[in-house]
Amino acid sequence: MNILETVGGGVNRGLAYVGGLTIQFWSALRASPRVLPVIGRRGRWREALRQMSVVGVNALPMVGIMSVCTGFILAMQAGAELRRFGALQYVMDTVAIGFTRELGPLLTAFVVSGRSGSAFSAEIGTMVVTSEIDALRTMALDPIEFVLAPRCLAAMIVIPCLSVMSNAFGILAGAAFMHMETNLRLSMYLQYVADSIYLRDVLTGVLKSLVFAAIIVNVGCREGFRVHGGPDAVGRAATSAVVWSTFLVILADVFFTAIFYLLHWH
Amino acid sequence: MTNPIISVEDLTVVYGGRRVLDSVSLDIQPGEVLALLGGSGSGKTTILRHIIGLERPYSGTVRIRGIDINRCSPKELKAIRRTLGVAFQECALFNSLSIEENVALPLRELTGLADPVIEIMTYMKLAAVGLGDAGKRLPTELSGGMKKRAAVARATALDPEILVFDEPSAGLDPIVAAGMDELILLLKRAFHMTILVVTHELASAFRVADRMAMLHQGSLIAVGTQDAFRASTHPRIRQFLDRVPDPIAQSAAVDHRFRELAGMTGATQ
Repeated sequence: MNILETVGGGVNRGLAYVGGLTIQFWSALRASPRVLPVIGRRGRWREALRQMSVVGVNALPMVGIMSVCTGFILAMQAGAELRRFGALQYVMDTVAIGFTRELGPLLTAFVVSGRSGSAFSAEIGTMVVTSEIDALRTMALDPIEFVLAPRCLAAMIVIPCLSVMSNAFGILAGAAFMHMETNLRLSMYLQYVADSIYLRDVLTGVLKSLVFAAIIVNVGCREGFRVHGGPDAVGRAATSAVVWSTFLVILADVFFTAIFYLLHWH
Repeated sequence: MTNPIISVEDLTVVYGGRRVLDSVSLDIQPGEVLALLGGSGSGKTTILRHIIGLERPYSGTVRIRGIDINRCSPKELKAIRRTLGVAFQECALFNSLSIEENVALPLRELTGLADPVIEIMTYMKLAAVGLGDAGKRLPTELSGGMKKRAAVARATALDPEILVFDEPSAGLDPIVAAGMDELILLLKRAFHMTILVVTHELASAFRVADRMAMLHQGSLIAVGTQDAFRASTHPRIRQFLDRVPDPIAQSAAVDHRFRELAGMTGATQ
């Protein structure tokens, strides 16, 4: 009975958390037109642009290096096995499909959650501690619209872009491996990759990365908004932002991959 | 007597089973400066947070110009908030924006004024608090007193009817704190604002206030003019005015623990 209670309580809290996130995400989506240039409130898009640079452009070197390394690792591991069957060319398929469908979005999500998810929660948590969020509310400005919406819009634009870049880096690492092993020319390699992946593979990856972006930005901001107390609470919020967003990204990944699998989108 | 601009009725607040405010009623008249006094933990910040609508009460009502801020439409609440300026204890300036941008923010977001007009108004607000030449600086580059002044400039950006100060002189040296008092008086005289000052600084309260109210352990124990306050015989008010410390609590439990630590529990039983 006790175990049942513990597990049930945990599941309940988890569901409540995801429910809260969904509501918050919905408010952010409703507020996001006001962040857009021309139709939005004047000057608000500047904050979104700044966030795009912080979340996206500044993460590019890290995403690039991690993708190249992972691409190379994948190629080596697959190559070692496939060589035994004389099927070394399938390394190219493995890397191309592995990255576009799975690794590109996932690696990007991990990098961004570590870099920016924690930064969102720390930044907003500090704003809570120093009454800045209260100040916004007393000025009749909605913190969701003012703080979350620009970050949400920025993340949902740059994270899919980053994961496409990650795909490119991973696939290029595969090219380097094939060149070293079989002296394959880059143009030949790219031709082969272009033949082996479908647009569908790339699109499902981009769709996933959109979901990951929504998770990372909303978990980060939610943990920040929930800060209560002093500076130590800000530190805890940053930690739990990374833990929760990583966990939810993996859960979402399983869920969407299963759906794509059942729909035969592969 | 005219209708009060802020009217708090039977406000009760309970946090985790503890009564932080116990049916507090308080009226603030238009154009007056009311100082809300009280020691640490007396509930004065809690009452402030309820007056500015940041928290919902357990029971009781808060009315601003006759409108119950916890039962009105979001549109009405927004309209009320536009006429209410708050200078927080921590200043609450946005750290990523310059002082100028901080003051311009409510103007930019809540009015349709053109940029040059906003620029002029921002400069006027900053000049009024003596920060005319510090507009381009970031909040982190300012001293404590300058930050407080910048917070006042932002709170007055929309020319509010009501201005609320949370501990305006906390953490300031006496000279800078006196400067804050003069600023409060200037705002009252020049703009006829209704001002609520939450503070524990007696000197400051006596300098600025028309009326004073005192909170003790969540209850309002006195509301009146400065003279009535000075003449009060209420023991807690006397203690506050005469700066008499509470005796350090000596409970039986503390005594028992000391005996335990000294290994004397056996001997006494």
